Amino acid sequence: MSDIIRLTTPLSDSDVGELKAGDQVLISGILYTARDAAHKRLIDLLDQGKELPFDISGQIIYYVGPAPARPGKVIGPAGPTTSYRMDPYAPRLMEMGLKGMIGKGSRSSGVIEAMKRYRCVYFAAIGGAAALIARSIKKVDIVAYEDLGTEAIRRLEVEDFKTVVVNDIHGNDLYKDGKEKYCIEGN
Amino acid sequence: MREINVKEITEAVKNLCMNANYDLSDDVMTAFRRGLETEESPAGRGVFEALIENAEIAREERIPICQDTGFAVFFVELGQDVHIESGLLTDAINEGVRQGYGEGYLRKSICDPFTRKNTGDNTPAVINISLVSGDRLKIIAAPKGGGSTNMSRVTMLKPADGIEGIKNYVVQRAIEAGPNPCPPVIIGVGIGGTLELASLIAKKALLRPLGTTNPDPQLAEIEGDILKRVNDTGMGPQGFGGRIYAMGVHIEKFPCHIASLPLAVNICCHASRHKEIIL
Repeated sequence: MSDIIRLTTPLSDSDVGELKAGDQVLISGILYTARDAAHKRLIDLLDQGKELPFDISGQIIYYVGPAPARPGKVIGPAGPTTSYRMDPYAPRLMEMGLKGMIGKGSRSSGVIEAMKRYRCVYFAAIGGAAALIARSIKKVDIVAYEDLGTEAIRRLEVEDFKTVVVNDIHGNDLYKDGKEKYCIEGN
Repeated sequence: MREINVKEITEAVKNLCMNANYDLSDDVMTAFRRGLETEESPAGRGVFEALIENAEIAREERIPICQDTGFAVFFVELGQDVHIESGLLTDAINEGVRQGYGEGYLRKSICDPFTRKNTGDNTPAVINISLVSGDRLKIIAAPKGGGSTNMSRVTMLKPADGIEGIKNYVVQRAIEAGPNPCPPVIIGVGIGGTLELASLIAKKALLRPLGTTNPDPQLAEIEGDILKRVNDTGMGPQGFGGRIYAMGVHIEKFPCHIASLPLAVNICCHASRHKEIIL
């Protein structure tokens, strides 16, 4: 494991180019949330030639559907959801300037290829560590699709949001490398 | 005949929903601490550290361990000498879910399969009722997240596939699931019965406390073999690489038809949430 890298959004092409699979990255700034239903609506907008509800250029989308906040809290527990469900939509958003995605679990080969082409990085947050992760979220505003409830697009202000790079833009994959490193002969 | 009022059932279910989601059981916490000691990979140890801290925050603040507070699944053992008073048992349980998920700040994750419109209160619950002797009512809440359920499977093996075929299928399922179901996972396996019963006993197998083995020595041995093979893949916590992908393999078995060998694999994420009450 490498030293900890600190990044602030929006991300530039050079920020993204320096990241390697396995890097631990603390992200500060803005994350936009979107999962299944919101992705479908974003792509529907693009299909109709309409503008997205936020400027996606240089931004990071966090795949999450938070639990409701208790009174006095900005957000409820908010860990990552499984990313492959967003695979059909992700390349279109990268084409629009998306620079990062945070989720958990493997991506399709098509998404990994698109990440190289459009210079976009895939980060993992720890799946199921939702109460802990919520502590790094400082402010929450709903940007679009309030009717979707937990699936609405939210703008999160985060400080030192803990992630690990899974897929960098050079074709490295932490899931593959990690498994190979610890695999015992015959498996 | 003992009478139990539906209000008592609703109140109990409401509390079970909240406590199952806030308070990770000791067996899972013990497995986390053991994982922190034995995991070789630094990234893997980091995962166990985070999971322990996360569970402690959830318990202290009474907030869910995971934002996916699950499908509300119940196993109910109803004593034959109990009479449910003033309403239906299933209505009482669903009302408890409604109140628990509403008042407990739990996420509502249930929607129409076509329109995807959320039901808004996390109902309907999945309720499995069995009749037992006596005058007690036991309710086990076992909320189940979507991410790990998506990685679960049921299949109909050929009888010729035998025990080796069963082991190979479960190991292959874990490899294909990879990092998706939030490892370190617990793998519930249901062998035999029918298509639907295999799935049910695979889920029931997950109710057994983590760290215990099946009392049947042959099943215990199969559990051990599968666990070793799955962990030897090197996938590790969260799939980051390491020694512990699964914290346990729990098998349940039931007689099956002479023509078939049903097999269900129910993968449960590390947030293995179970709470029970006896009324």
